[in-house]
Amino acid sequence: METYIETPLTREKVENLKSGDYVYITGTIYTARDAAHKRMIETLEEGKKLPLDLKDNIIYYLGPSPAREGQVIGSAGPTTAGRMDKYTPKLLDLGLTGMIGKGRRNEAVIESIKKNKAVYFAAIGGAGALLSKCIKKAEVIAYDDLGTEAIRKLEVENLPVIVIIDKEGNNLYES
Amino acid sequence: MRTVHTDEIIKNIKEMCISANLELSEDVKNRILEASENESSELGKKILSQLKENMEIAKNESIPICQDTGMAVVFLKIGQDVHIEGMNLEDAVNEGIRQGYTEGYLRKSVVKDPILRENTKDNTPGIIHYEIVSGENIEITVAPKGFGSENMSKVYMLKPADGIEGVKDAILDAVKNAGPNACPPFVVGVGIGGTFEKCALMSKKALTRNLNEHNEVEYLRDLEIEMLEKINKLDIGPAGLHGSTTALAVNIIAYPTHIAGLPVAVNMCCHVDRHATRVI
Repeated sequence: METYIETPLTREKVENLKSGDYVYITGTIYTARDAAHKRMIETLEEGKKLPLDLKDNIIYYLGPSPAREGQVIGSAGPTTAGRMDKYTPKLLDLGLTGMIGKGRRNEAVIESIKKNKAVYFAAIGGAGALLSKCIKKAEVIAYDDLGTEAIRKLEVENLPVIVIIDKEGNNLYES
Repeated sequence: MRTVHTDEIIKNIKEMCISANLELSEDVKNRILEASENESSELGKKILSQLKENMEIAKNESIPICQDTGMAVVFLKIGQDVHIEGMNLEDAVNEGIRQGYTEGYLRKSVVKDPILRENTKDNTPGIIHYEIVSGENIEITVAPKGFGSENMSKVYMLKPADGIEGVKDAILDAVKNAGPNACPPFVVGVGIGGTFEKCALMSKKALTRNLNEHNEVEYLRDLEIEMLEKINKLDIGPAGLHGSTTALAVNIIAYPTHIAGLPVAVNMCCHVDRHATRVI
């Protein structure tokens, strides 16, 4: 099924998403990949506040290439999600409802997706030039020193993704 | 004896880093276009047509095909009658990479130390392989390698008794394991024989071979064809969402090995199989 959603991604919106749905996302989402995840978890372990509110938000596992003059962002496709598995259940417990990446998730993440009623989307790997066209604004909001791995706030318009794992734990890769 | 100045090497490597990241070679491009027509699944067809559109945007607007513009792997075939003047050759190759990645708006994806992980901010150093050959030319191949697929690559130290069936099983095992993580449709580079490191290097080099060519040895050519068919029956499909296009090609290179061994390396590459070659 094709469907259009707007952020924030509330639990009610997650309810309607099924594994295999083709979804166009519009609104604010955030980027974070390996180094930013590691730092977020360290921040939480130190008892400090995260630089973004995770509640009803979506994290896009992305480290873009640099923008040329006049471009919002460079190439902007998904990175492999499994590398974030170690950190993900903690972030889902804090209210994160959506993740965009590519590739398999481990059992702990799938269980956490079911427990927290969240959703894992895939964007098309290796289509970074095409996906960059859906990004209308990009701003580094934290961890600037990490370069491409900094946390960015993105405004996206009809970003095409596919529901891989839905809130019931149905998994499109295994279907 | 012919003299080549390192300035020329720097300039060519810089240009190849940029061009390889913006436009795929004709053979890879054509395989993706053919696959988009022949794919059996509707979703798979849609994904392949998006890859086609992605290639057009990349070329027309100078946006890298993929945001992972890779670690720069450089193969140098240096004619033994060439004299290189200017700076140290390794420094020159890295200078070409540095200029290409900074001036070409490519992503800086290299960390200085595998554990401490501080970004070098210019994508150096590259991975450089030298080969001394006859003649007075230098052949340079730049192959930026993304790590989504690199992470799913494998080496198998098989026993001689495992034979060709063992090799087939190893290739299928690596491809199944890579699945949706390594951005299918893949190009599968295979090295058979040699030593532990030699077979890994051959599997990398195999990724730079034209996809329309086959190994000249008959049984290896047959193996390439058979494995491509078998892989495309695994139903991994474009982006791992099922379908008949799991790989675009299987490229195999073999080398003599020890009486006790049968090393096999499978270097996985996504559909963005980037490589540019020039002879100077």
